[in-house]
Amino acid sequence: MGKIMGMNGNAAVAYAMKQINPDVVAAYPITPQTDCVERFAEYVSEGLVDTEFVTVESEHSAMSACVGAAAAGGRVMTATSANGLALMWEIVYIAASMRLPIIMMVANRALSGNINIHCDHSDTMGARDAGWIQLFSENAQEAYDNMIQAVKIAEDMNVRLPVMVTQDGFIISHAMERIETLEDDEVKNFIGPYQPRYPLLDIEHPVTYGPLDLFDYYFEHKRSQIEAIENSPKIIEKVGEEFGKLSGRYYGLIEKYKLDDAELAVVALGSTCGTAKDTVDALREKGKKVGLLKIRCFRPFPKEAIIKALAPLKAVAVLDRSVSFGAFGGPVFTEIRSALYDAESKPLIMNFIYGLGGRDIFPADIEQAFLKAEEVAQKGRVEKHIDYLGLRE
Amino acid sequence: MPTLKELVKRPERLTPGHRLCAGCGAPIAVRLILAAADKPVIASNATGCLEVATTIFPYTAWAIPWIHNAFENAAATISGVEAMYRAKKKRGEIQEDIYFIAFGGDGGTYDIGLQSLSGALERGHRFVYVCYNNEAYMNTGIQRSSATPLGAWTTTSPVGKAVPGKTQWRKNLTEIVAAHGIPYVAQAAPSNWRDLTTKAEKAFHTDGPAFINVLASCNRGWRHLPSETIQNMQLAVDCCIWPLYEIENGKYRLTYKPKEKKPVEEWLKTQGRFRHLFSPENRHLIDEFQKYVDQEWEKLLKKCEE
Repeated sequence: MGKIMGMNGNAAVAYAMKQINPDVVAAYPITPQTDCVERFAEYVSEGLVDTEFVTVESEHSAMSACVGAAAAGGRVMTATSANGLALMWEIVYIAASMRLPIIMMVANRALSGNINIHCDHSDTMGARDAGWIQLFSENAQEAYDNMIQAVKIAEDMNVRLPVMVTQDGFIISHAMERIETLEDDEVKNFIGPYQPRYPLLDIEHPVTYGPLDLFDYYFEHKRSQIEAIENSPKIIEKVGEEFGKLSGRYYGLIEKYKLDDAELAVVALGSTCGTAKDTVDALREKGKKVGLLKIRCFRPFPKEAIIKALAPLKAVAVLDRSVSFGAFGGPVFTEIRSALYDAESKPLIMNFIYGLGGRDIFPADIEQAFLKAEEVAQKGRVEKHIDYLGLRE
Repeated sequence: MPTLKELVKRPERLTPGHRLCAGCGAPIAVRLILAAADKPVIASNATGCLEVATTIFPYTAWAIPWIHNAFENAAATISGVEAMYRAKKKRGEIQEDIYFIAFGGDGGTYDIGLQSLSGALERGHRFVYVCYNNEAYMNTGIQRSSATPLGAWTTTSPVGKAVPGKTQWRKNLTEIVAAHGIPYVAQAAPSNWRDLTTKAEKAFHTDGPAFINVLASCNRGWRHLPSETIQNMQLAVDCCIWPLYEIENGKYRLTYKPKEKKPVEEWLKTQGRFRHLFSPENRHLIDEFQKYVDQEWEKLLKKCEE
């Protein structure tokens, strides 16, 4: 059993990185991720890790160096936020296409413009189709736990894909929490030694990474990437189970909170799930049959688990902390509504966009979402599919 | 420096069977440079002719570990590879000495990749960066780059009634790189093969970043016969348009001084991309070209204390 420490989300992730002791970290500072990389730089400076720390000149080069380092054959990590992730975008796709198990912490932040340093999910959602596994964290404890699990998931021979671990910028990244850490040895044993596949550094067996791939094979290569990410839910669950045995904290693709007998539910990602749990508790005390579906793994989208969890409900309010301009709802809503299309019984579904650019979400807002869901359930139809929480109108 | 006999016995690292055009300057430069490596080499390659023509899946012409990431990040990519090498060496997981090299065209080096190159040079990774400079974006069909010389016709600096080809001088990238204060910087051409391999060997032996700017003509874009590549390069060197020199730890040295400095016209007239300069209304551009080359040459001679 490790120590109980007071840390913010950035510190918790940096501490996990210290325990993982990756071969190479290449990173560029950006608020609110900066604090994480600074703390890791201190570990490097103090000799507490023997990582090669590459202080690149941009996020584009951060991800580029990560690709080079991972192809060379070792554990590689980075961290970013918002526009930093957007600048990496081109290489984020290449990392997944080369099947490189890079781990990246994303401290979720609004994407410009206008410039805003506070939390929403538009950065990670923008990268949702890049071929990375995406794990969302509810709090700093989960950010720490997810970083360690991410290594094992990414490196699984049936997966070999990069993993993004998110935490809500400032809300988690900068808020001090009580964290239960593992012992260094426990982390080391859990992740095991790295087994490189076709590393560039194997000069006896030269390989070519990133060739010209025209219409005669490109499609098949994409198909194999699809298979890799489709293999991952089983592995994510298996690793979550093993991590639970080690730490007492079990993880799956989704988390159901008081959902089994519920009639109404909200669906959320990240720190809002904590607020939603409190709201559920308060409403339960008032005798309302309400629950929360928390999505931990957004990519791959755990459709079966979600259908199973939501199909019996009367009405569901999906909370999206990002916008998909011109689309029929936010990214989470779109996926959920689509997943439920063929379900034999399905709830009425509506979408609430909230919290853009760091706008706070209060229990009262979530209560309002539940009230709307209740109203819709009584009426038996949805009149307004997309609405907003906490917006001045 | 190994003899020619020794060089030809070294393994072919870029093998025959690649799909680069006949008469392309790039593979000649690459093979000469890689032949100068007396230890194993790992390469990264920017998007461009060299990359696409040598690795059409499922084939590869590279007999060394090789990675292409994107257009603008060959330097950042190889710095990641080199960082992993250092990590593994520090941990005792790898023992052998390995060289690291990045290849980029002038587009991927002078333009879109300049930031990534500058960052990697500043960080001091031990790697060689080679710009095979064919003075335009040839892979996408002959568009001007910041390495394209004044007056050259390209598809984005076309010759018309109002504009006689490219209206700007090329960027002096070799000097920009030198300003980073890295230990070894050189300019070379495959026509002077001994000069090129000597510089490549020095670059591989440099403890830190090294940079070689190699002129590598593209007969498709420059509009000359495929059989004229080497002569064309030699003329660029003899007209002092592409001086051969090196900067070792800040010290400039001219590595080839033409016996007779030829007028730039001799080089310009070998290429269709400059044909319009010879019409009467554009003659002043040839004079401007000559003036610029003379000025640059004089500046270089001073730096080299010639």
